[in-house]
Amino acid sequence: MSLWEYANPRKFMQTSAGLLPWVTGIAAIVMVVGLVWGFFFTPDDYRQGSTVKIIYLHVPAAMMAINIWAMMLVASLIWLIRRHHVSALAAKAAAPIGVTMTLIALFTGAIWGQPMWGTYWAWDPRLTSFLILFLFYLGYLALWEAIDDPDTAADLTAVLCLVGSVFAVLSRYAVNFWNQGLHQGASLSMDADENVADVFWLPLVVCIAGFVLFFVALLLMRTRTEIRARRLKALIARERMG
Amino acid sequence: MPELGKYAAEVLSAYGVSALLIAALVGWSFLRAARVRRDLAEAEARSRAHGR
Amino acid sequence: MTALLLRDLRLAFRAGGGFGLALAFFLIVVTLVPFGVGADTAVLGRIAAGVLWVAALLACLLTLDRLFQTDYEDGSLDLLATAPMPLEGVVAIKALAHWLTTGLPLTLAAPMLGVLLNLPGPAYGWLALSLALGTPALSVIGAFGAALTVGVRRGGLLLSLLVLPLYVPVLIFGAEAVRRGAEALDPTTPILLLAGITLASAALLPFASAAAIRVNLR
Repeated sequence: MSLWEYANPRKFMQTSAGLLPWVTGIAAIVMVVGLVWGFFFTPDDYRQGSTVKIIYLHVPAAMMAINIWAMMLVASLIWLIRRHHVSALAAKAAAPIGVTMTLIALFTGAIWGQPMWGTYWAWDPRLTSFLILFLFYLGYLALWEAIDDPDTAADLTAVLCLVGSVFAVLSRYAVNFWNQGLHQGASLSMDADENVADVFWLPLVVCIAGFVLFFVALLLMRTRTEIRARRLKALIARERMG
Repeated sequence: MPELGKYAAEVLSAYGVSALLIAALVGWSFLRAARVRRDLAEAEARSRAHGR
Repeated sequence: MTALLLRDLRLAFRAGGGFGLALAFFLIVVTLVPFGVGADTAVLGRIAAGVLWVAALLACLLTLDRLFQTDYEDGSLDLLATAPMPLEGVVAIKALAHWLTTGLPLTLAAPMLGVLLNLPGPAYGWLALSLALGTPALSVIGAFGAALTVGVRRGGLLLSLLVLPLYVPVLIFGAEAVRRGAEALDPTTPILLLAGITLASAALLPFASAAAIRVNLR
């Protein structure tokens, strides 16, 4: 009796078991260094006061929100073309991390926006795009949950991720058009587009690296869980039949 | 604690919300991992006992 | 192909087929809005374009989960998948049938409902044109969502969650076209973009939908 159905997941489990403690440790260190540096050892901004410290959460989270969806897209393509189960399960594992990053970006953005713009929310193209991205994440997760058979779920969610990505890009342009068309010049961009001074920029880069490493560590751990869960499902199905 | 001035509430709540969300994500991931490991171990024990 | 189209149309017109349902829903939603936002005609006139578009969009959703469901349950979808006609064509025909029984009636009814919401005079033509161009996209995109969820029992709500975010670009350009028409500005850009989305979706999405159906039929 084989322990695992496919060689690929077995190799992944072995490799990730060795990697996980290291990645977790380094992620923790980098993240703590970055956040402590940014929170305690940077000055206030002339215009934004101490709220500039929110940048160390908001920008990395926003970058991760988008990049995690991109990773899910690549993983979905690899699943559809090469049928590597680990790929499909990695996409599934990444989605909740992406949702959390999107929520952090939205909430920290709203909290930052209140003192800066006088409002918690504005239908600015960037904020709106993040709200739409949140909805795409929800749909993706909902579809995984709704389908019983793991391979069917993997296939359908992969197709959804593909089509969704096209529409996400389309929405980005549509939302830009939608807002530009109505309100001129409400430039509400607050991140690295402006010239962020070095004193803010270096700790920000460290925080971004920390968030990326955090994602990798958590992704490894969650993918291992998904592989085990799939194995569990197969065993239970076999029990029911025999 | 650095001098956060008049925006102390905003900065602290931003960090607080983020910490909460990350803690919830990590916590849920660990709980799920533990549950799946336990269930899988039981299922594998059962299949070893009944099958080959 | 015509046979399939006529069959689906006949099914839709029969009782419980949903033909009148979408129209009735459209009317109800538009009627509800003034109760929610107040009867100030100036306000209503300003939001009329968007409300009509959102209501049409929601009404389209109603009959979507029916698109493949009945055929899936009685096995005809299997037959259609193995028939000589490509599954992509089947999807396109079903989307067309959906549009003829849902999108098209909505497009025709919309100007009358525009009166209820005090839609500005110049906008009526653009309302009809934008809906005529956009509702086919709604049917095609909806068919994709229906293909994904065909195996899910009572998947109507999931279908909505999947499809509504995909509707955003169509809604943005459609409503914007009507708004610009209302203010006597030039609505060419949103109209062209809307037409582009419809054409591209109709050409490409049936492939994704057919793939999803094949997965669900495995």
